[in-house]
Amino acid sequence: MKVRIFSVVGGMLLLTACSKGNQSSGAPAAAAPPAAAPAAPAANSAAGGTITGKIKFTGTAPRNKAIDMSEEATCKAKYKTPPTEETVVSGPANALANVFVYVKAGVPAGQKFTAPTTAVVLDQNGCRYHPHVLGIMVGQPLEILNTDPLLHNIKAVAKSNRPFNVSQPSAGMKTTRTFTAPEVMVNLECNVHSWMHAYAGVRPDPFFAVSKDDGSFTISGLPPGTYTIEAWHEKFGTQTATVTIAGTESKTQNFTFAAR
Amino acid sequence: MTRAVWRFGGLAVGGVVLLIAQPLNRLSAQDTTAGKVVYTKWCAGCHGDNGGGDGAGARHMIPPPRDFTVGLYQIRSTPSGQLPTDADVLRSIDEGLPGTAMPGWKSRLSDRQRRDVLAYIKTFSTFFADTTQRPQPITFGSAPSGGTGAEALKVGRQFYDSIGCRKCHGDQGRGDGPSAPTLKDDAGHPIFAANLHENWRFNGGGTVEDIYHRLRTGLDGTPMPSFSDLIENKFLTDEQLWRVAQYVRSLSPKDPPVVRDVVHAPLTKTLPHAPADSAWTSVDVYWFPLVGQIVRKERWFAAAVTGVWVQAVHTADSIALRVAWDDRSQSPDTAWLTHVGRVFAALASDDSTREQPAPWPDQLTVQFPVAIPSGMERPYFLMGSGSAPVYQWRWTSTARTAAVAGLARGIDRFDPLSGGGPAAQAMYDHGQWRVVFTRALASTDTASQLPFRTGRAIPVAFFASDGSNGEHGTRMAVSTWYFLALDEPVPARVFISPVLAMMLTLGLGMLVVWRAQQKTSSRRQQ
Repeated sequence: MKVRIFSVVGGMLLLTACSKGNQSSGAPAAAAPPAAAPAAPAANSAAGGTITGKIKFTGTAPRNKAIDMSEEATCKAKYKTPPTEETVVSGPANALANVFVYVKAGVPAGQKFTAPTTAVVLDQNGCRYHPHVLGIMVGQPLEILNTDPLLHNIKAVAKSNRPFNVSQPSAGMKTTRTFTAPEVMVNLECNVHSWMHAYAGVRPDPFFAVSKDDGSFTISGLPPGTYTIEAWHEKFGTQTATVTIAGTESKTQNFTFAAR
Repeated sequence: MTRAVWRFGGLAVGGVVLLIAQPLNRLSAQDTTAGKVVYTKWCAGCHGDNGGGDGAGARHMIPPPRDFTVGLYQIRSTPSGQLPTDADVLRSIDEGLPGTAMPGWKSRLSDRQRRDVLAYIKTFSTFFADTTQRPQPITFGSAPSGGTGAEALKVGRQFYDSIGCRKCHGDQGRGDGPSAPTLKDDAGHPIFAANLHENWRFNGGGTVEDIYHRLRTGLDGTPMPSFSDLIENKFLTDEQLWRVAQYVRSLSPKDPPVVRDVVHAPLTKTLPHAPADSAWTSVDVYWFPLVGQIVRKERWFAAAVTGVWVQAVHTADSIALRVAWDDRSQSPDTAWLTHVGRVFAALASDDSTREQPAPWPDQLTVQFPVAIPSGMERPYFLMGSGSAPVYQWRWTSTARTAAVAGLARGIDRFDPLSGGGPAAQAMYDHGQWRVVFTRALASTDTASQLPFRTGRAIPVAFFASDGSNGEHGTRMAVSTWYFLALDEPVPARVFISPVLAMMLTLGLGMLVVWRAQQKTSSRRQQ
């Protein structure tokens, strides 16, 4: 009897979900664990659990390579102090920025999330990328903007996604591209300026964040479940942790990298 | 008997299965099976058994063979990021990729074999099986007329600058731009910006159309981007992009250079010592291809110098030889050390220990026999031998205005000669070295220093090293023997005899006419 009721409820929920098409980000699974099914209306995307944390590193951060911008006077002029690469960007108390934190496993495989139509903007300014690390959903537009009055080519080096390589020889040029498959990370680079690197974490769900200068990050809207969280840093590698979310609670998960 | 029946039955069943299967998968199953046979026989040696671009020959090639597993193709008719069409891949199979180790297969394999191998190649990457990845070829249109006119080329040059071609390809297009030393492909292999003066080496072909197509599609997997977005962003018009293609085409000669075996050195009154002397513009230019030295250890499979342009003149007592060659760097140049490291990492080495990159200089060697041979026999082309040495002029970029004369007795032995070496003057201009060697025709030491003589075919060979490509010692580009001929002064009788003969004929003719007229008039009088 119980089983039958559940299957009916489950089936209805499934129908609702299907009829609405792909829900906006954060929609809990239609076929979610039974306990959550009655409590969570399909459209409630704001609800769910949150994972916050701080990312630090131990040891001494390596010095970022100085960039020789003598070929590009207009870029060079944008810096008061000589610019460096952004391999390791750290804040006070060994806080580590530019770490891509995402749910590596635990989101039910069949669950689909619709990508936002708002674009993630990648700006080329002062012959560096802003932001240096970004997260984006499969199908979400990536707007590549050139603020520098000179040639950049923007090349995506990827394995699961089709790579691309387009030129932007003047300020104000815009190019929009999308990714078709999850990939951590897609490398973005400029071949005119070999020091220019950016990294895009492409995910099928909205459960990702990039750590700020104080090392903090927040991933929200997680439906209840047990998740493998991975933190990726371009120089220090990856760290993983397992976090279980029940209901709308907020959990803390810090990561500590060893500088190398 | 029963066996025969079984066999026949098996064939019949197989045939039926094939007949049924045929419409279901017209291209895939059957073709790829046949394609695999062709692939294994002809392609796997370089591209690897599993299409990873890692066959036995791969470690001797820069650029390396295509890795089919990543589904990335340079030569396409589709926008950057898209797969190529079947026709695109087939074109590369048919025509090969000029400037690389990939030959054309059109004359070697049948149409069917090439189509089958195409189908098989596509199975290496999952992208081809993904139905969402449908290649959409670009509609290219055709080149606007007047593409070789001064106005069109001016527009082309203007946009060559404004869209930043010069960043990699250099101000004069010889692949020597400021970003050139840092270039690598998606797999981290070193890659040169194309020398736009050698359109016969462009991977996707050297016509205006080919160049325009590459500008639109980019060369995926390499630093060369697509410029299609510029048209959409109204940065330039389609016609202006065609003008860039026409300008780039104009940098190369109308036809690829043809090897002519004998360099003719005309007789002149004065010797042009300077590489930029305007006298050189009126002297015939001869082109000789150079290839990597792969006979003796250390072998070199990635020679950067692809050929030399040679001119020669002589006076009554001296000779001047100008050798020009394209070189992306003025070595030694530490900016290229990363590139050298990438080259060493990409190539298999004969060395037991891999060498560390160092800032080596550029070098050029001109080689002659010790004496002009009377017959066809010449010393060993690769720097002679112990018993039959060769006479060489060695120029190095670190000692620009000097060249060392000496005897080479094999690739690893060079004994400089004291005195009597050639004078040398060199200049480096936007990706090109020009070196002028001058020497007296006669030599004081006829046993080891070749005396130059007119009217004889003098064997000559060339060797070049690009230090910024890791080349030094036996790692260099070599040519085979060619010839140098000093034209003899034309003796005065050559000019006088025809005039004398003409005058004599004229005189005789006039005499005959006069006699005839005399006769006629005397007859009339009678």
